[in-house]
Amino acid sequence: MNGEKKMAIIATQGTLDWAYPPLILATTAAALDYQVSMFYTFYGLQVLRKNLDLRLSPMGNPAMPMPVSLPVLMQALPGMEAMATAIMRKKLTKRGVASVRTLRDMALESEVRIIACQMTVDLFAFRREDLIDGIVFAGATAFMEAAAKANITLYT
Amino acid sequence: MPDQTLDTKGLSCPLPILHAKRILQKMPPGQILAVEATDPGSAKDFESFCTQTGNSLLSASESSGVFFYTIRKV
Repeated sequence: MNGEKKMAIIATQGTLDWAYPPLILATTAAALDYQVSMFYTFYGLQVLRKNLDLRLSPMGNPAMPMPVSLPVLMQALPGMEAMATAIMRKKLTKRGVASVRTLRDMALESEVRIIACQMTVDLFAFRREDLIDGIVFAGATAFMEAAAKANITLYT
Repeated sequence: MPDQTLDTKGLSCPLPILHAKRILQKMPPGQILAVEATDPGSAKDFESFCTQTGNSLLSASESSGVFFYTIRKV
């Protein structure tokens, strides 16, 4: 069964919350015997950093649950981002949700193919050694090759 | 009697499935894996996992918030 079904995912987001959906889908698909390719581009590259430091901000996100509801201007105050990040981390741990690092490790372990977009690596002046080992550096063409053969293609 | 057991109590999606898959991969065909979970979504997920991977879901039950599954490796 291995290798028959294929999934391709584009991951563009680099916040603590949005790092999850592509990794959850990729690891689950791999567990269902899909051959998975992920194309990390723009802010998504944050998720591939060796030194993971993902955050999230309550700014501009009225759906983010906060302990007290804060006026929008107050959300811009120093420390609010750190607070929102801490609240989310606590929630995730309490609910037994895997860390982003764990899911990323499991993705690589289950042979998910991760492509880092070379153009955005250069744009944001990342060095290859800033990003995890075991990934491929390539462009949209390489992703299209995977996507063209995929049963499922997602943009996240 | 199961050949292997897996406790995923307290873990959320997709960890119960990922851990189960990891163990099943190392088991010989025909052997049985017993899984315990507290993720309420796991009931539908294990059924769907077995449908998609060809493994057999031999039993699924729930008792005071804990779900029990037995899966025969294809």
